[in-house]
Amino acid sequence: MISENTITDFIYREAELLDTMQWQAWLDLFHPEARYWMPLEWQQQDPVLQPSLMYEDLLLMKVRVERLTGERTFSQKPKSRCHHLLQAPRIVACDPAAGVFKARTSYIYTETRGDTLERFSGWASHDLVQVGDDLKIMLKRIDLVNFDAPFGNIQLFM
Amino acid sequence: MAKYGKNPRAIAGLVRDAEVHRDVYVDPEVFELEMEHLFPNSWIYVGHASQLSKPGDFITANIGRQPVMASRHSDGSIHVFYNRCPHKGVKIASEPCGNTGKFFRCPYHAWSFKTDGSLLAIPLKKGYEGTGFTDTQASDGLSKIKNVVIYRDFIFARLSENGVAFEDYFGESLSTIDNMADRSPEGKLAVEAVPIRYMHTCNWKMLVENQTDTCHPMVAHESSAGTAIKVWQREQGNSTETPMAVQLYGPFMSPYEFYEQSGIRIWPNGHGHTGVANSIHSNYSDVEGYLGQMVAAYGEKRAHEILGEVRHNTVYFPNIMVKGAVQILRNFIPIAVDRTLVESWVYRLVGAPDKLYERALMYNRFINAPTSIVGHDDLEMYERAQEGLKTNGNQWVNLRRLYESGEEADVTAVINGTSERQMRNQFHAWAKFMTMDMKQDVDQPVEAAE
Repeated sequence: MISENTITDFIYREAELLDTMQWQAWLDLFHPEARYWMPLEWQQQDPVLQPSLMYEDLLLMKVRVERLTGERTFSQKPKSRCHHLLQAPRIVACDPAAGVFKARTSYIYTETRGDTLERFSGWASHDLVQVGDDLKIMLKRIDLVNFDAPFGNIQLFM
Repeated sequence: MAKYGKNPRAIAGLVRDAEVHRDVYVDPEVFELEMEHLFPNSWIYVGHASQLSKPGDFITANIGRQPVMASRHSDGSIHVFYNRCPHKGVKIASEPCGNTGKFFRCPYHAWSFKTDGSLLAIPLKKGYEGTGFTDTQASDGLSKIKNVVIYRDFIFARLSENGVAFEDYFGESLSTIDNMADRSPEGKLAVEAVPIRYMHTCNWKMLVENQTDTCHPMVAHESSAGTAIKVWQREQGNSTETPMAVQLYGPFMSPYEFYEQSGIRIWPNGHGHTGVANSIHSNYSDVEGYLGQMVAAYGEKRAHEILGEVRHNTVYFPNIMVKGAVQILRNFIPIAVDRTLVESWVYRLVGAPDKLYERALMYNRFINAPTSIVGHDDLEMYERAQEGLKTNGNQWVNLRRLYESGEEADVTAVINGTSERQMRNQFHAWAKFMTMDMKQDVDQPVEAAE
């Protein structure tokens, strides 16, 4: 039975997989029809006919992951690393009967490469579904507090 | 040590026939002179008239580093001003866009201005009587930029009072803007959303050059576009339809021969474009209903003519690139010698199917975003160049690919698509617009670059 704790543990586990660069295990958390979305507007509703920083399906996420370890991926020489500092997720919905599981998590994200270190703040929203005994991500939405600022490269996943 | 100010001969010496000195990318003094001479002498993109649809609408922009603003006046006319109060210099508009109502009001001392920039009112006006105020520039209101041309809704301004006229400056290169607008069945484009912004720690000219650099995609983007093709081939299963994403990424890996035959066209004053015969944008899937709309609007022949023109990147010297086939404009805004803000705008084809707007937005975030893997490939190269050019061992950047001795400047020509001639074309224009209003100080040594 999926409880609020299951959701919270899932979100902590997801961040841990990213921080330890276990990319394949991280991709396995996503439903085949999942989307990873970083809006470019405040309280954005439409990922298709409004601009976003990212709106990607599993195929494109696999491309990103595979690229990170490519021999000719020069922007990963040296490699990036990341760190997620999460506030306790707020459970927005936990309804096993309806199959609806949602949480919103405030975070500080750090991405570093060589001598540079960049820090980002925002909220991660998880829409999860139950597949067998497991939770899978249907939508991971990343709202940066300064989505409208010009960033340098963001190469890993928030 | 100042080497280049008031020294047009030294500036000209930075550009050889097929090489440029590294100081054009790394020397802060050269950057200051670009702000003082090159940008004011050139026609610079300010914004799009669709961003000023109602009276009182305004946008802000920078020309070089100088803040400007454009507004729609009550009579429908568009005006461009320096964005500063004539009183104490406070910026009048602080947001990228908005509507000011019937007048602008400075937030510091409440001086107010009509939306055509003229002075409307000053509090305690009596205090200015008999002071000679009416003889000052401040009494004219917001300082207006006189040389403004709106071409098919694209607003361009030239800060210098004297210089090359708009039509002479752009000439036939305007055909790319025409083609982008003509792709709307109504012949109209609209800005409906914010641009994607991406900070680059490199000189602005590296980005401009890269727009017509056709020998880098298959090398630098092997990691992104090459991986996209590889993953798709592995994962596609029985799928017969190539996803839009793979259609957009895939052509970056086209071989040299493809780019060679697709051609480059150069125009006078540093403008030019890749993708003459065809381009990486040639083979996208048809969008249902679109061709019918275009034929209804333009007739069979003209519709096919418009859609058959699939230019890749058009550089409008000095600092924008337009992609007509996917309705994108990239603005390379200089911040410092090693810092460039890139704003990538998408235009909606008015009256065309949503799918085309969806595709343009997708292309923009795939290629032009700080989260774009193609962008990561490029920025890495620019940053390495910005560092590498500090070496003294070789102080010249080589632009000799397919150079022919006696190459003429300021001509229109179609050439092999892997030529670096458009880069040479840009640097010829660079030297011209840098020095056209620069007076030689006789005490300066000429060979400053050495």
